Amino acid sequence: MMGYLRELYQYREMIVSLVRKDLRGRYKGSVLGFLWTFLNPLLQLIVYTVVFSHIMRSNVEHYALHLFAALVPWMFFSSALTTGARLILDQKNMIKKIYFPRAVLPIAYTLSSFCNMLFAFVIVFAVLLLSGRGIVAEAVIYLPVVLGIQLMLVLGVNLITASVTVYWRDLEHMMGVIGMAWMYLTPVVYSIDLIPLQWRQLYLLNPMAPLILAYRSILYDGVPPAPALLLRGFLMAAVILPMGAFLFGRLQKRFAEVL
Amino acid sequence: MPAISVSQLHKSFRVYADGSSTLKDRLLFRHRRKYRLQPVLRGVSLEIRKGEAVALIGRNGCGKSTLLKLISRILYPDAGSVQVHGRVSSLLELGAGFHPEMTGRENIFTNASVFGLSHGEIRSRLQEIIDFSRLGDAIDRPVRTYSSGMYMRLAFAVAIHVGADILLIDEILAVGDAAFQAKCMERLLALKAQGVTIVIVSHSMSQLERICDRSIWLEQGEICMDGPPGMVHPYYLEQMGRQNQPCEQPLMPSPVHLTGGRLLDAKGEPTACVTEDASLTLCLHYQTTEDTCVQAAVTVAVYRSDALLCWSSNTTLTGEAAFDLHGTGMLQCEIDMAPLANGQYWVDAALRHPETNALLDAAHRMLLFSVEHSTKEKGVVHLPHRWK
Repeated sequence: MMGYLRELYQYREMIVSLVRKDLRGRYKGSVLGFLWTFLNPLLQLIVYTVVFSHIMRSNVEHYALHLFAALVPWMFFSSALTTGARLILDQKNMIKKIYFPRAVLPIAYTLSSFCNMLFAFVIVFAVLLLSGRGIVAEAVIYLPVVLGIQLMLVLGVNLITASVTVYWRDLEHMMGVIGMAWMYLTPVVYSIDLIPLQWRQLYLLNPMAPLILAYRSILYDGVPPAPALLLRGFLMAAVILPMGAFLFGRLQKRFAEVL
Repeated sequence: MPAISVSQLHKSFRVYADGSSTLKDRLLFRHRRKYRLQPVLRGVSLEIRKGEAVALIGRNGCGKSTLLKLISRILYPDAGSVQVHGRVSSLLELGAGFHPEMTGRENIFTNASVFGLSHGEIRSRLQEIIDFSRLGDAIDRPVRTYSSGMYMRLAFAVAIHVGADILLIDEILAVGDAAFQAKCMERLLALKAQGVTIVIVSHSMSQLERICDRSIWLEQGEICMDGPPGMVHPYYLEQMGRQNQPCEQPLMPSPVHLTGGRLLDAKGEPTACVTEDASLTLCLHYQTTEDTCVQAAVTVAVYRSDALLCWSSNTTLTGEAAFDLHGTGMLQCEIDMAPLANGQYWVDAALRHPETNALLDAAHRMLLFSVEHSTKEKGVVHLPHRWK
């Protein structure tokens, strides 16, 4: 275990360069280049604002922001389900031909999606300031904690999806539907108030639910998230990450053969 | 402490009757999902000392590449263990992770990081890598604009500069033009001199003989022979030659058989080792099957251990009269001097009908001999010379 972590540390440059390649390679060759990283979430937010303030009116104030504060972290999570599941399959040639600690791939992918989320948050902050809702410092200091918990969770889930898909290719195709269903089981497009109180405890067993609530509380409501919520999110992430690492460690031994 | 120690290594691959692994198949045919275990390595044990250069040879599918992959930890063994001391660089695939849109320089960083180098380590080797690749200004162009030769040069340059203690090489010396191959060879020899352990899979015996001081011949997942290349390769080539012999079959029933061969030195003593430019006599023993006279022309050929044809001659071509063979006897060919370089050689001989050219009998590798000049000159031939 310690040996494996030490080896991952030795391969840190590979992780960094994969992240860099992913972030920069994505928009390489396009005129606006890296600017797209910011432009994409901004344009999305504009579309949501137009749709939900003029076409489908919602009784939630500033619904576009209400949605967006949850949608950005949700997209980070769902990246582990969709593209993340294909990760090992897509790097078939590398896996079959050279040695490196296999966990480098999900770690790098999770980190690059994480960076994309951070870039999108820049837009969220800009809009918060411009729209006059403002940023509440006492709330925002909790943001790194929530980010850290989500990073653990997403990495754990990605380790599971990436390794299981190698053996069971159907998972890749099921992930689209699973991701969609999961999103509706998480308070992304709606508020938690819609969930009856007697179902809340069950509902909050979804590891993403407490995190989304925390993000929304920090960014939209401008109040610090409830400590119980953070603890709940942390505990679930702290179970899922080692589970994912263990499963990945077991399954990775035959990657080169099965691919 | 050995650089690599492998003990009782077993590895099998699952070969599925059909390749599908979908949910439907898993649920419906849970018990029907039969696979066959294809053993690739069966109990291989070996130790490779630090600084040794070892060749892995064997026919396709004998387990050479699997062994390399197990040593480099791409695959895990079913049973047995692999212990490796030192940093391994496996050159099984060149240019892994190259991004076509990025420049050569950027790709050096990406590619070298795949070998576990830190940013600082890569930076300190950057110039050396660029110099070795001889890409010049092209290094700052996107890799997609490179020719395949340039691509391989860059990839090899990175792989060879990662500061590995152990290099695992699989058939990659076949890349690039002759000049670059020569440069790679030179570099490998230099690395070996620095004490880098090298394990190399190749089908080019001459290449292997230049680098390696030990050859391991794998046959059906087991070590068949292990020793100096000069000892192992002739046997290996013989074995391969037997299977790849041209299909030309001698006449049946053959009226005459070649029963053996000998090499005699200048004093008429049998010898298997030629040490100087003395005259030699090649003796071919024959026996006719019936009590009649058989007319035959003789072909002899001398091959080097890597199957390079050094000399071949045919009595019809050189204008000799056909030989009349009767009963048991011996044909002699006097060779004034053998200008062959140091190495292992074998002799093939054949008897043909002088007019129809039909094959009467052939003897493959009827005679093995070595040439050992006291001067350690190199090359294909040994030219007798005087300085003035």
